[in-house]
Amino acid sequence: MKKVLTTCGYCGCGCNFYLNINKGEIVGVTPKFDHPVSKGKLCIKGWQGFGFVRHRDRLKKPLIRNAAGEFEEASWEEAYKYVVNKLSNIKEKHGGNSIGFLSSARCTNEENYLLVKLARAVLDSNNIDHCARL
Amino acid sequence: MTNSIEELAQADVIFVIGSNTTEQHPLIGMRIVEAVRKNGAKLIVADPRKIRLSDFATIDVRLTPGTNLAFINGILNTIVTEGLANEEFIASRTEGYEEFKASVLKFTPEKVEELTGVPAATIREIARIYAKATNASIVYAMGITQHVTGTANVKALANLALITGQIGKEASGVNPLRGQNNVQGACDMGALPDVLPGYQKLSEEDVLNKFAQKWGQNFAHGKGLTVSKMMEEAAHGGIKALYVMGENPVLSDPDSSHVEEGLQNVELLVVQDIFMTETAKFAHVILPGASFIEKDGTFTNTERRVQRVRKALDPIGEAKPDWLILTELIKAFGYEASYTHPKDIMDEINQLVPSYGGITYERLENQGLQWPCPSVDHPGTKYLHKDKFSRGLGKFTPAVYRPAEEQVSEEYPFLLTTGRVQHHYHTGTMTRRSWALDREYPDGFIEINSEDGKALGIWNHSRVKVISARGEIEARAVLTDRIKQGVVFMTFHFGDSPVNKLTNRNLDPDVEIPELKVCAVRIEGVR
Ligand code: SF4
Repeated sequence: MKKVLTTCGYCGCGCNFYLNINKGEIVGVTPKFDHPVSKGKLCIKGWQGFGFVRHRDRLKKPLIRNAAGEFEEASWEEAYKYVVNKLSNIKEKHGGNSIGFLSSARCTNEENYLLVKLARAVLDSNNIDHCARL
Repeated sequence: MTNSIEELAQADVIFVIGSNTTEQHPLIGMRIVEAVRKNGAKLIVADPRKIRLSDFATIDVRLTPGTNLAFINGILNTIVTEGLANEEFIASRTEGYEEFKASVLKFTPEKVEELTGVPAATIREIARIYAKATNASIVYAMGITQHVTGTANVKALANLALITGQIGKEASGVNPLRGQNNVQGACDMGALPDVLPGYQKLSEEDVLNKFAQKWGQNFAHGKGLTVSKMMEEAAHGGIKALYVMGENPVLSDPDSSHVEEGLQNVELLVVQDIFMTETAKFAHVILPGASFIEKDGTFTNTERRVQRVRKALDPIGEAKPDWLILTELIKAFGYEASYTHPKDIMDEINQLVPSYGGITYERLENQGLQWPCPSVDHPGTKYLHKDKFSRGLGKFTPAVYRPAEEQVSEEYPFLLTTGRVQHHYHTGTMTRRSWALDREYPDGFIEINSEDGKALGIWNHSRVKVISARGEIEARAVLTDRIKQGVVFMTFHFGDSPVNKLTNRNLDPDVEIPELKVCAVRIEGVR
């Protein structure tokens, strides 16, 4: 069994715990006893909030809407190509500020930084925000 | 937060307003309970509902949603008129006091009692307890900010800390609790329309030159649209494409029908997420991302502590970590992006964001670091504003009052306020699919005062229709004495009782935060 130390993804307290992994499955959670916030305790979301990871509803492949309006599975290459073509066209025709970006308070710092960079540096758009206000 | 979570235990007075701490920030809630039980701290709670913390409070106040501002001004008035102000602190560390003082005189506790229903004597009592404390901490959350007067509410709380000198020392300060796990980090990284990463100004030459070295000469450095404005522009055709990463605006944003209209109207909607959310259903293309359990990176908690997130499982199916998707996409646009691990991205952040300058993966290996942390030998910062405020002197803001935009009427006689429960997170995408959590709160409910319920002829646990000027939804009625008469409460975790079908789009004029905490509704039984 391996133990992976990580930060809870559910609230701004930022408790730390170990995820106990056996054969590619989460088999338990151990709070970090000397963490300044959690001090060995967790709330119910910390203890129980991992069930969704292997839920059957997870998206497993890129999806593109086809001419009939239905989602169709696609390769990553196709999906990137689709996004790049469409966004480049829109940027060309209407300018970068016709594109809006919503970043995420659930994603990591690094990911938020990259989305800001994608918006401002690559697509020339000032419109980047996330739901801090919500 | 200006303080650390740990410091709360040392406060002798804690004033909680507009934060249901035990539900939204359970471990901070626990710290507050500990401060009361173990150290005898006095707790003041002001909320539309009797929350769990109310049971531990010295003074517990039921506020009508939308009257925070009048209430806080009443406390400030008492401090001025009873000579409880900290003159020394005001003289040496603040400015604008005289103007402020004149503006607050009209908010006598008697006048405020009329506006809020809180007895004048209680307001005076709160003022005395707070002002006379050795160390007093204010804790607030969305209950303060999600109003048309959100900015004014925050400034009023700042006035309170300034006038009493309850700031810039251990265990005293003003502490906004950031809701979601990484709101702090998303703001720090510049996922905001009016600043660059690290809150650096869009107008400063030096800053722009620094960014140009990493981002190229021609990056966009204007002020952009907020989420609320983007949604409006999407509906009106000004926004042609939306790229949504890990957000579910259909459930989380006010007035869902309006949001849906916008999403249907754009030429391209890209959604990057881990589930087929209510928002993803409108997408043209969906990119499957990875959850926090399946990737590496960092989160920044509400006390500015940057901590490691570590990959424990491989992403499911062909899903990819979001940082990798963005890296590959930037490359696909023909730009350089040579990141092979989130650590490489943090290296770039270290160079561009001064407050994160010394926050490296090597240092984060065993424990987090609190920013500002400008260099690798800096220990991080436990509390802000120690000897001076980041803008020099602390500035008083003249007191104003403006009621909530939406008021009850004959047609919509109840005030609906929204919030969360401990077992679910935001729009419930993850927690509603975690069985052990969902079984505790499996459906959307509405809390109604027992007397109101009786008058309406509604039984506990019966189905009711909740109707506002924007739409109607169904939910299960929960009759309780813990909520004020005339006020009802719902959460926005449940896709089958989407409360944001009801809420309004009135915005705070300064920061464009929507008035999610107040909306007028009517309730009808369902046969
Ligand atoms: S364990 Fe609970 S209190 Fe701690 S970070 Fe997670 S959700 Fe917040």
